[in-house]
Amino acid sequence: MSEVQLDARRLLCPLPVIRTQDRIEQLQRGDRLTVYCTDPGAIHDIPAWCRVHGHAVLEIVRHDEEIRIRIEVQG
Amino acid sequence: MRYNEGRFPSLIVKIRMNQPRKAVALISGGLDSLLAAKVILEQGVHVEGINFFTGFCVEGHTHAIRKKERNRPKRNNALWVAEQLGIKLHIVDIIEEYKDVVLNPRHGYGANLNPCLDCKVFMVRKAREWIERKGFDFIITGEVIGQRPKSQRKDTMPVIAVESGADDRLLRPLCARNLPPTLPEREGWVDRERLHGFEGRSRKPQMALAERFGFSEYAQPAGGCCFLTDAQYSRKLADLWQARGERRYELDDIMLLKVGRHLRPRPHFKMIIGREDGENRFLEGYRKQFTHLLTRSHNGPLVLIDGEPADEDLDLAARITARFSQGRDAEAVDVEIHTRDGATLTRQVKPISGEQIPSHWYL
Repeated sequence: MSEVQLDARRLLCPLPVIRTQDRIEQLQRGDRLTVYCTDPGAIHDIPAWCRVHGHAVLEIVRHDEEIRIRIEVQG
Repeated sequence: MRYNEGRFPSLIVKIRMNQPRKAVALISGGLDSLLAAKVILEQGVHVEGINFFTGFCVEGHTHAIRKKERNRPKRNNALWVAEQLGIKLHIVDIIEEYKDVVLNPRHGYGANLNPCLDCKVFMVRKAREWIERKGFDFIITGEVIGQRPKSQRKDTMPVIAVESGADDRLLRPLCARNLPPTLPEREGWVDRERLHGFEGRSRKPQMALAERFGFSEYAQPAGGCCFLTDAQYSRKLADLWQARGERRYELDDIMLLKVGRHLRPRPHFKMIIGREDGENRFLEGYRKQFTHLLTRSHNGPLVLIDGEPADEDLDLAARITARFSQGRDAEAVDVEIHTRDGATLTRQVKPISGEQIPSHWYL
């Protein structure tokens, strides 16, 4: 199991979702990905993308303008 | 290795019976693509969605940058549709490849800089490449004959099928009964009798079908889901090309056209003026790439300058910046100018009056 990070700051949606999708495609089941972003839309879109693909959102943390979303690859 | 169907006919039949045919649906986030995918899902076909990001897409978040539009749902409608349908959605970044569609449309533009027919051909072609890679059988779109004047006409339907290379693997479930049977219909993968024959601009048949499926909430984008159909946006894009002396763009260019008030006081520079906190915050991300101005004595916008202003132009830019600050009626406003080479200048200026701003400066 690996822990991977993705910097999607300053990207507007849906680009953070696309970057997340493309990164997860390279990961294995059980791997964990932490995405850093600044577009508030990502709070809705990345979990929505995870739901339709069956991945688990472990944590969403918002600190000032920055959002951190931790995902476990499952689907 | 290929199966020998002659030796194992029953096995092949069984495999095919147990494995539903697979289709990819082009999902825009609007009602028609939602319904088209649902019609095929209802026939037991495995459907996944595909959504293309061109950079010109009208997204809830782009609007949400502006405070007054924050009551709009901050969601990606294509993802929302996928959730309603219970299907996977693949979002594909086509920003770079799409430039050729916008800059050199074979079939020309619509009322604005919208290359709708070329766009549809391009997207169906990308979907065709996708199904070939992924082993899917056919493509679904939410097109309806007569729905859109440029791209959704009876004579453009075969153009899209042929030029995309999808040919008869392209199925339009909402108007299929008005078109020749496609491969999925002829092969019995879908029942043509359970497809529809919608035609024309009326939305009533779609709304009735939505009600039948129990969809009470769906996006109804005014003017479509693409900024290129918007007259003001297209004007700003045309201005950008004219000012640069060439037809090209980068993603940042087309994003910035979505935000702020755009004024071109001189041919060699343009000002992008934040209209409120949300836009100012968005523009802050671009500060380092542009000469930018801020008012110091009064609250005011963040202003980016796109182009190469001379020193006297900075005075004019400072006066315009002051005009859009809370010091618009003051005798003097302090404006800070940050040039791209890192220098900071301060000018005390009298705000320009509304009458001194010719209407043609506004883009």
